[in-house]
Amino acid sequence: MITLIVNEKNFEVDVAPDTPLLWVLRDHLQLTGTKYSCGIGECGACTVHINGEAVRSCQVVVQEAVDKKITTIEGLPENHPVKAAWVAEEVVQCGYCQPGQIMQATAFLAKFPEPLDADIDREMTGICRCGTYPRIRTAIHRAAKASAKGGKP
Amino acid sequence: MSQIFNCSRRDFCKNGALLGTGLVLGFYLPGCQKKEIIPPASGPFKPNAFIQIAPDDTVTFFINKSEMGQGVYTSLPMLIAEELEVDWKKIRIEAAPVAPEYNHTQWGNLQGTGGSTSIRSTFDQLRTAGGAGRMMLVQAAAQIWEVPPESCKVEGGKVVHPKGEKSLSYGTLVGAAAKLQPPKQVPLKPAASFKIIGKPRARLDTPAKVNGTAEFGIDVKRPNLLTAVIARPPVFGATLKAFDGEAAKAVPGVKEVVQVDSGVAVVAESFWAAKLGRDALKIKWDDGPLAKLDSGTQGKEYAALAQKPGPVGASRGDAAATFAGAAKKIEAIYEMPYLAHAPMEPLNCVADVRADSCEIWVGTQMQTLDRNAAAEITGLPPEKVTLHTTFLGGGFGRRAVGDSHFVREAVQVSKAMKVPVKVVWTREDDIRGGYYRPRAYHTVRAALGENNLPSVWEQRIVCQSIVKGTPFEEAMMKEGIDHTAVEGIVDLSYAVPNLQVEYQMAPAGVPVLWWRSVGHSFTAFVKECFVDELAIAAGQDPLSYRKQLLGEHPRQIALLDLLAEKAGWGKPEQGRTQGLAIHESFGSIVAQVAEVTVEDNKIKVQRVVCAVDCGQTVNPDTIVAQMQSAIYFGMAAALHDAITFKNGRVEQSNFHDYPMPRLAAMPVVEVHIMPSKEKPGGIGEPGVPPIAPAIANAVFAATKMRLRTLPLNLAPPTKTPAPASKGGKKKKK
Repeated sequence: MITLIVNEKNFEVDVAPDTPLLWVLRDHLQLTGTKYSCGIGECGACTVHINGEAVRSCQVVVQEAVDKKITTIEGLPENHPVKAAWVAEEVVQCGYCQPGQIMQATAFLAKFPEPLDADIDREMTGICRCGTYPRIRTAIHRAAKASAKGGKP
Repeated sequence: MSQIFNCSRRDFCKNGALLGTGLVLGFYLPGCQKKEIIPPASGPFKPNAFIQIAPDDTVTFFINKSEMGQGVYTSLPMLIAEELEVDWKKIRIEAAPVAPEYNHTQWGNLQGTGGSTSIRSTFDQLRTAGGAGRMMLVQAAAQIWEVPPESCKVEGGKVVHPKGEKSLSYGTLVGAAAKLQPPKQVPLKPAASFKIIGKPRARLDTPAKVNGTAEFGIDVKRPNLLTAVIARPPVFGATLKAFDGEAAKAVPGVKEVVQVDSGVAVVAESFWAAKLGRDALKIKWDDGPLAKLDSGTQGKEYAALAQKPGPVGASRGDAAATFAGAAKKIEAIYEMPYLAHAPMEPLNCVADVRADSCEIWVGTQMQTLDRNAAAEITGLPPEKVTLHTTFLGGGFGRRAVGDSHFVREAVQVSKAMKVPVKVVWTREDDIRGGYYRPRAYHTVRAALGENNLPSVWEQRIVCQSIVKGTPFEEAMMKEGIDHTAVEGIVDLSYAVPNLQVEYQMAPAGVPVLWWRSVGHSFTAFVKECFVDELAIAAGQDPLSYRKQLLGEHPRQIALLDLLAEKAGWGKPEQGRTQGLAIHESFGSIVAQVAEVTVEDNKIKVQRVVCAVDCGQTVNPDTIVAQMQSAIYFGMAAALHDAITFKNGRVEQSNFHDYPMPRLAAMPVVEVHIMPSKEKPGGIGEPGVPPIAPAIANAVFAATKMRLRTLPLNLAPPTKTPAPASKGGKKKKK
């Protein structure tokens, strides 16, 4: 049995320790907001936070995540400024990659509260096949401004 | 007033439910501040297949188009709501089940989504559905008040009494309205009266898509659900000789190994176990006739085919004689590779086959065919098959297949296992799984007359047929011409007196399919690059040259003028060059200027200005989003992607070798919508065709190198990585 702390709750799962965290979240914890798309760490659709850092959960074996604080899209507060910005900027199209983009963006903004475009270019490396990138950029700037005015990052 | 109404209505509904239905017209509600005659409630009111209004005022729209990002779960409700006059906040969306009422209005007995037709094919149908519902609700209220229906008004989901003092919400009228006959005639609002259509509206699917609750096919949860991963042939057309599933079954969590038509399925408690099980399978394949398929060799075969005349798709004047007698001739060869759609959500399907029923959950663009395929496999009548359409994590045509292959295999596995099964494709399965945009080889030649305008245009197209051997062949293949191979060039907008377009069908084998914008994705590349070549040969500005040739197409000229003004045509930012393209497809016209920089043989698209004329708009922000999306989609193909073969095997496998540009590579995109009263055009696809030629033309302006092969590649051949040198990246004259 492996004990995981996900979205501030403890879970016990009976899986091999080298199972990718992504599939433990999706198949064992039924947290399907975290998406599978490439399985090789290229696309970022599976991005979650481990101790606040954005990581691609397809590249983390579950053993490495034990005793760490895992946050998935389901654990992000509904009123989070990044979510609000995504809604306000009408970012989504098919929507499949967006949980990963949002998790990447929230971790990014924690490090870069006043991001420059160059920072966004460098750090937001997930793939969106619908090409929502221009709106992801404006949504990040919007979320940064909202957080500066007192919203939680 | 409405508050009181709401509070009492809830009690009333309960009572109504207990009474069966309120059969008595009029109902006295004790405890209300005002005494009000209330019509009887009943179950929900369904004036037609698209609308359901519940006694609690909840309005449900059943949408028969699949939501894959193009915004139909918002734009189609806008069409209904425009005429139904409903409170937008009360709208719920449900995916329509499979039923004849939901058939595509232009596709015969098929329910499906594609061809950028969702708005175009339902614009009248859904407004009429909304209007019919409104008229019945108004009539119900008018009967209660004993006033003429035409004296009543409607607003925000209420019918308002002629004197304006009282109103009845739609929910309270459902019982009375349900007893009425639908109107025979539904007059529709003129465009000038639109309150919803043409005005930006927030997408209804956004909240679920930002909090992770939106359910895609891959997310479907069912009791006792197992997951299967399938080993499919490594070569298209290969067949299974033998397999040994013992090692796979030894993987913890693996339940069974099952042979299905598409290969060998490993069924397990979880995806990861199924995937490890598949890795452990021992399979012998007979590679079949494509065992030696090689992109380089295939390119030579296509070139040889292009030497032969083929069925004629368009002919006017005498192209051959004109060309033979011309003085100033230009000839070129264009090549475009196979392309994978690579939607972010890999293909998947959940099937639950029981003795007397079959249930399917799938992100599909072809509901009727998929339902029928399941009926065929299970032996059940089609009405015993229930298909639930989920959100699609991207479609781009990949989920619109004529053979229902990704549904069939799930049904087969579930049938064998007698439990619900989810088949999941890996990304590698997707990239190597075929159903590609066909590879294409175009020869094109023209001659310039004394006025330096083309006197003749001859084009021969070599590519596989998408529709041959599919359910779409009868409608889309005429006299040896697959319309999808020649669309966008047989209807050439440019005024050329002598035109000849021929088609050479390349041998079948590699599964091919419509890829966002279908044939236009390559015909526009050839047409818009080649017309640029003609302009350069004529010593003229590519913009004014095009305008001279578009005399019959005033909308295209107007759009070019709008684009030139917004883009600052001829005045690129320092260090950049501009390229232009315009193309009409799917009932809309899109023109784009790409501004690029070229450094160390690397092409960077800095800015794209896009002008679109799609007639009457419905949700303008969706149009902007679809243009941004199409430009990105087309740019990825223009600069990076190709599916190539060696020894029968696809050489690419995932996003590391079938790369997708990231945010940093996304150009600034500016979209300008031409105001128009024309009927609505398509919007999901028409933004794709112009971007590749616009980029190529800008690269020519920068380098004087005419790149005629996609993906565009300026690097010297010696520096080209091995896979690319085998395939569609050869330099052409």
